[in-house]
Amino acid sequence: MVSPKIFGNVLSGRCKRNQQTHFRQIRADIALNIRNPDDYVRETKLDIQRVPRNYDPSLHPFEVPREYTRALNATKLERVFAKPFLASLDGHRDGVNCMAKHPKSLSTMLSGSCDGELKVWNLTKRECVRTLQAHEGFVRGMVVRFCGTSFFTVGDDKTIKQWKMETPGYGEEEEPLNTILGKSVFTSIDHHQKEGVFVTCGQQVDIWDEQRSSPIRSFSWGVDSFSCVRFNPVETELLASCASDRSIVLYDMREATPLKKVIMSMRSNTLCWNPMEAYHFTCSNEDYNLYTYDMRYLDKPFTVHMDHVSAVLDVDYSPTGKEFVSASFDKTIRIFPKDSGHSREVYHTKRMQHVISIKWSSDNKYILSASDEMNIRLWKANAAEKLGLLAPREKAAVNYSQKLKEKFQHHPQIRRISHHRHLPKSIYSQTKELRVMKEARRRKERNVRKHSKPGSMPVVTEKEKHVVTVVK
Amino acid sequence: MYPFPGSAPVPEEKLKKFRRGVKGELYKLRDVVIRSEAASDLAQKQNARYDLMLPEDAGFLEGDEDEDTCTISQDDIVDAVDITAGAKYFNLTLSQFGPYRLDYSKTGRHLLLGGRRGHVTCLDWQSKQLMCEMNVMETVNDVKWLHSEALFAVAQKKWLYIYDNKGIELHCIRKFNDVLRMQFLPYHFLLATASATGFLQYLDVSVGKEVVAICTKAGRLDVMAHNPHNAIIHLGHSNGTVTLWTPNQREPLVKMLCHQGGVRSVAVDKTGTYMVTSGMDKKLKVYDIRAYRPLQSYFLPAGASCLSLSQRGLLSAATGDIVQVYRDVWGIPVTKPYMAHRAKGSVWGVHFCPFEDVLGVGHGEGFTSMVVPGAGEPNFDGLDANPYRSAKQRQEWEVKALLEKIQPELIGLDPSQLSQVDHSTWEQRHEDRVQVLGFDPLAKEKFTPRLKTKGRSSSGKVEKRKKQVAHEDQRIDKERKEKEKKKAAAAGQKSALDRFRK
Repeated sequence: MVSPKIFGNVLSGRCKRNQQTHFRQIRADIALNIRNPDDYVRETKLDIQRVPRNYDPSLHPFEVPREYTRALNATKLERVFAKPFLASLDGHRDGVNCMAKHPKSLSTMLSGSCDGELKVWNLTKRECVRTLQAHEGFVRGMVVRFCGTSFFTVGDDKTIKQWKMETPGYGEEEEPLNTILGKSVFTSIDHHQKEGVFVTCGQQVDIWDEQRSSPIRSFSWGVDSFSCVRFNPVETELLASCASDRSIVLYDMREATPLKKVIMSMRSNTLCWNPMEAYHFTCSNEDYNLYTYDMRYLDKPFTVHMDHVSAVLDVDYSPTGKEFVSASFDKTIRIFPKDSGHSREVYHTKRMQHVISIKWSSDNKYILSASDEMNIRLWKANAAEKLGLLAPREKAAVNYSQKLKEKFQHHPQIRRISHHRHLPKSIYSQTKELRVMKEARRRKERNVRKHSKPGSMPVVTEKEKHVVTVVK
Repeated sequence: MYPFPGSAPVPEEKLKKFRRGVKGELYKLRDVVIRSEAASDLAQKQNARYDLMLPEDAGFLEGDEDEDTCTISQDDIVDAVDITAGAKYFNLTLSQFGPYRLDYSKTGRHLLLGGRRGHVTCLDWQSKQLMCEMNVMETVNDVKWLHSEALFAVAQKKWLYIYDNKGIELHCIRKFNDVLRMQFLPYHFLLATASATGFLQYLDVSVGKEVVAICTKAGRLDVMAHNPHNAIIHLGHSNGTVTLWTPNQREPLVKMLCHQGGVRSVAVDKTGTYMVTSGMDKKLKVYDIRAYRPLQSYFLPAGASCLSLSQRGLLSAATGDIVQVYRDVWGIPVTKPYMAHRAKGSVWGVHFCPFEDVLGVGHGEGFTSMVVPGAGEPNFDGLDANPYRSAKQRQEWEVKALLEKIQPELIGLDPSQLSQVDHSTWEQRHEDRVQVLGFDPLAKEKFTPRLKTKGRSSSGKVEKRKKQVAHEDQRIDKERKEKEKKKAAAAGQKSALDRFRK
């Protein structure tokens, strides 16, 4: 690349001092900046063009305004390409109640409905590969075993059934591998990550061994019903459950009694552990919020996530642990970053009614939502993402736009565009109403504090407001 | 394996060239700041290393010990260098149509000439290929290339005309009347025009709309320059002042009194640090534009009528029919010119060619292209202005440039204002929040000592504990300062074992 300057060579334009030539004496050292066009123009039409670079900042003025303009364009294009809805899987004949992810196969998904029917779906072909009548009554919970060869379901007929994952051959009947009869209705089931142990909850939390037909341990703490139980994916011996006395109870499988519980102001519907952080779990509550707790410090939640306008029914974390998705009774799905108080994305459709269950696929790309009107919908996790294989230049351009949007995200014009979402009229007006109510409560509190003795009315932060007490 | 472990050290001046912004002291978000500063340092080092490997070197002209470089004529230079370089010195004898104004396109490849009596021509001056030639049959005050070699603007007697490079008249813009001087802001796609009626008008050439027409109330505007670093227009007036304008304000941003007579010419360097002005008082003054301080003042026996600054800091000043080139006017005071040349007629316009060692002079007898070794930047950037670009590359560049066209609202004295931390907005928002909530959410809570048993919580003991903590804020700051001092001292110390440390 460096063109050699041959000292004394007349062709390169430099002359030696006092060189006696035939015609005249050259008097000085003179050189001009000469470029050889062969170095700058491509040799044949089949080559790519040559692009020499010079990163001197004076040759590239207005760095910041140009980057800002590019970030603005990138934000606008993101809104243009934000089309998250992919497909709707229909086939169920009653509202879909629960879903389960396959731990080893990204394209398999199970769903159970309110008439006891269970369907196994192939997501790449978007069709149902297997249907079986699992229970009489609701299918309350299902979970696939960690090896992926069998799955468990619990239903309203007080049974736990274990089924094979493979479709039965021609002429064979659909029979469960194992059926366990219980004393009361089971409401939820979850399986251990490594051992052959699963846990169910109903009137008490039972830990079962797959080989036994009665629970090896039962936990209860004076509560009559539990709605959800989950194993911690990182600390595999810990579990948490949501109880009907508005509390969340933590257990260690190795101990005989529960560890501790936190009582909140309203009941939690479900909870989900963060797959990356061992101590954090998020619970979806009836008071339209989600609370992320640190298991070690239950006296106040780590974050309060507020954006829904009706009870939150289900929550699931992304496999990266950085975001989670929540399904609510108000017919919308919201995606929240794990440490932010407000959602970054909301998905809704006119045809989607109350969303009962939600799952984030294990490749971090898709969200599956099961709703009241017998449909399961497949959405993109990043609404503006281009699916499929990207060329290296495309990938570089996507990364560059992403970084630019991140850099300028706080500038008002860019923030306004990137936060703008269309909401259905009912949700928009409900949000406004809730804001007015909150403002009124705050104003009244402020007035009371202003007109009372300073210090007599302590400041209670938003986080502390929702926790009643922690019991050990 | 290698005698010196690690990567080669980079010289400090090279590193400084690529430094952007200042390292701030932020204790919140400290890890974020540390990570981004580490990335920025790496980028700085990579840039400095790449800078050492650039392919081309700048030209130079060095005289012998007894010789003045200004006595070396163009013919001598042409004899001393080879044919292709010598072809850069040429004269176009066009004595019929009046003194010529000129403009080089941004890539430096194309030349636009406009004679006062209406002769307009554009050509590729290196291959001497004529692109178009016409006579517009009217007085031509100024000519300017627009964003590429496809369009140019001609300020004719009454109105502003835009032509294609084949000579086809595309637009006649009647709103822009009596235009005397024009400047093109390439990254904003704005054509700024100064008129004889005292109006400074901005035209967005990508959409074709007039952005703003500012009534400067300063009389006839015939001295105009633009600062390539921040897109501010400099106008020189007959009362000796130079005013700085943006399209966002009706009043000038800055008014500087530069000369005792009228201002004859203004030039600003490409980094936006220095401004050179010449006036009727036969003085040539150099100012630091960032601090608005005068740096140098030179006396020229006959004042300079035209000024132009090259990419590498050479100044050309034209008086009558003599053109003189000075080197490094803002450093040590210059006593004699670097080069000089006598043109065939009285000089009407001078312009350095962007990436070449060439100075174009438009005069009464036509056009002269002078060779000035060391004027042009030797290494261009292929993505910005590439003299060797193909048609396809030009089209792609044009689309990308239009997409990142900067809005005129962002023109200001500091182009990097968007990247500064906006303290005032934060404070305003914080005040609003305190008012809404009724209390300050960021205020530190008052220290309440813990209740202890066995008589350790009597009122006297509690007061003692409170007193201990009373100066805690000041103590924390003090400790932090001491830590910093120690760090700075440790960094400066050198021990004998340093050469073994990685």
